[in-house]
Amino acid sequence: MSHSPAVVTHDQVHNPALQHHFATMEQQQEASTMGMWVFLITEIMFFGGMFTAYMVYRYMYYQAFVAGSEKMDFWWGTINTVVLICSSLTMALAVRSSQIGQRKALVVLLIITMLFGCVFMGIKAIEYTGHWKEHQFPGTNFHFEGPDPQHVEIFFSLYWAMTGFHALHMLIGIIIVGVIAFYSWRGKYGPDYYNPVENVGLYWHFVDMVWIYLYPLLYLISHKHGG
Amino acid sequence: MATSPTPAAERENYLNTEYGIRSWLLTTDHKRIALLYLLLITFFFFIGGFFALLIRLELLTPAGDLVQADTYNKLFTMHGQVMVFFFLIPAIPAVLGNFLIPIMIGAKDLAFPRINLFSWYLLVIGGLLMMYTILTGGADTGWTFYPPFSTAFAKSQVVTAALAIFVAGFSSILTGLNFIVTIHRMRAPGMTWSRLPLFVWANYATSIIQVLGTPVLAITLMLVALDRLFAFGIFDPQRGGDPLLFQHLFWFYSHPAVYIMILPGMGVVSEVVSCFSRKRIFGYKFMALALIAIAVLGFLVWAHHMFVAGISLYAALVFSLLSYLVAVPSAIKVFNWTATMYKGSISYATPMLYAFGFIGLFTMGGLTGLFLAALGVDVHVTDTYFVIAHFHYIMVGGMVMAYIGGLHFWWPKISGRMYPEAWGKLAALIIFVGFNLTFFPQFVLGYLGMPRRYWQYSPEFQVLNVLSTAGATILAVGYVLPMVYFLWSMRYGKVADENPWGAAGLEWMTASPPPTFNFDETPVVTWEAYDYANLKEVPVEP
Ligand SMILES: [Cu+2]
Repeated sequence: MSHSPAVVTHDQVHNPALQHHFATMEQQQEASTMGMWVFLITEIMFFGGMFTAYMVYRYMYYQAFVAGSEKMDFWWGTINTVVLICSSLTMALAVRSSQIGQRKALVVLLIITMLFGCVFMGIKAIEYTGHWKEHQFPGTNFHFEGPDPQHVEIFFSLYWAMTGFHALHMLIGIIIVGVIAFYSWRGKYGPDYYNPVENVGLYWHFVDMVWIYLYPLLYLISHKHGG
Repeated sequence: MATSPTPAAERENYLNTEYGIRSWLLTTDHKRIALLYLLLITFFFFIGGFFALLIRLELLTPAGDLVQADTYNKLFTMHGQVMVFFFLIPAIPAVLGNFLIPIMIGAKDLAFPRINLFSWYLLVIGGLLMMYTILTGGADTGWTFYPPFSTAFAKSQVVTAALAIFVAGFSSILTGLNFIVTIHRMRAPGMTWSRLPLFVWANYATSIIQVLGTPVLAITLMLVALDRLFAFGIFDPQRGGDPLLFQHLFWFYSHPAVYIMILPGMGVVSEVVSCFSRKRIFGYKFMALALIAIAVLGFLVWAHHMFVAGISLYAALVFSLLSYLVAVPSAIKVFNWTATMYKGSISYATPMLYAFGFIGLFTMGGLTGLFLAALGVDVHVTDTYFVIAHFHYIMVGGMVMAYIGGLHFWWPKISGRMYPEAWGKLAALIIFVGFNLTFFPQFVLGYLGMPRRYWQYSPEFQVLNVLSTAGATILAVGYVLPMVYFLWSMRYGKVADENPWGAAGLEWMTASPPPTFNFDETPVVTWEAYDYANLKEVPVEP
């Protein structure tokens, strides 16, 4: 055969975190960051299905959506929005701490991020309990005084589905931040290897972003137009 | 090359580095995972095929005598769901793509080997859910899950079926993600984008669809499941929900899913046609771009499945036109394969026979797709056997042909042994004849007005149905044959050297079977793809 493969020699010192199938740390880092971005694109498409349904039905049943939105607890939703924005800040600071090798700050910031996540979930649980008691869960349990209860029910179906899948993502986020916090405490990450922290951070910001859209779409419809 | 090949057993390779069930179930080697996929999807191919055979047996006579109407509904549903989600979609990417992509680009493995193994386990879990669905009575919604039947009326295992497909979908997403990152980040020095084999381009285009489309199917099926479990009613017309919205979301994935099934097949055919014509593929850049164009355009045509469902006439016009557009890149592919063969020195080895089969049958499937994209004709043939014949020409005539052809082409690389060539040709012929006898009559049946999804039919359709069932029997024989001789060849086949076809491509420059890390040293690529002009003439075995 006329072309025989030439050879790349590399006898650099290996970082212990370098996996066997990558040539360099840069290659490994670029690959895992890109993998996370591609994953987030799939997540956008996943939530996109529900956002599409929301748009269609909000267009069709606008008044019912306003009526449903008025049953949301404005303050709990707003507090949760603030909580998540704060958690994004602590997450971003955590990534920075790992990059400049501040192990203690990294662990503390990750734990604070988790706590913010837990606060969010707690508030969400309070809201869910309230909606359940108010017969605002779709199905046979559902009851709504006022015009057009069927279409208000669609609003609530979307509310539960969208916030439910978001909460599921939060739960997963809290768990993986916990895992990362554990490894940070063990000193696994530093200026030479902080990619996992960065990727978990990307995921966390994404989940926050979803909420940033859910909040106005679900809680603020009536506020914008004065009910 | 000139030295006689060393038997695989004497040299360390990915098959003999480790033995035992653990070394397989916990492997992160993309080649071993490919074989795990091969086992899994072959199992489901025969499950799905079993349902198909029962369907054809029922349709042997006009009366609904073999099974009851409800059972028949479950048969075609389980046939469709098993074949689409547990065979066709994983077939070429997860088996051949997994095995070949890292080798073709000169990498040691996929970018995320553990995620790769995880994807396989997801398909196993999805498969177990599917088997549970089947064994507890099956679903009867058709593979399409249309509400309100699926949400409000069906009394079958809709939720577990949806869950099975949801889980299998994430297997598909992660495979696509892995391929995209691998192709971007793991190419060997010198392996530029314009030197990538078209098989890699094809899997890249496929991965884009898997990553963008599958999540939409996932959430749509979740909404159906939520409706059945908790009466969410998002698609329930009684509550003001819109069943058409379901169809839009479903086909947003499921039309591009057809390209998940066909694009990798085009990749296989490009490799095979080029090799057995001893010529560089004609119009390489157009071939690569056409793959991407099909993937992108594929996302803009979904509503051609809904022309009679009540969408607006203007929407239908636009979707009809866009559907015609897909024919352009598809035609580029067919013309360029033909042009590659023109004045090539063609040899008729088994993989080439499958490639011929693919080109012809895909062309027929594609052209009849244009009939269906035409608004007027579509009204006439919607939900008839014409549609069944059309998509089986694409999926079985196209995809399955390419898959089996690809297995033959790379079998020496995978197993280190040659399959028996005479048997290979015979099986290819049987499959081609059986396929056409099964599905060509269905074009006629559909045009004459026989609807799909009924377990009985008017007596005047019987002759064509008998032909179709006879064809299916022949086809079944054709599918069993390769399985038998592939297994046989693993022990008794002639030992293959590193490049039995004299083919271009990095996968043919490493041992057969390859070592665990694919190459002893990372290759540096200094030549273009399909550089047959500069390859030393290697006699191809008959
Ligand atoms: Cu389509």
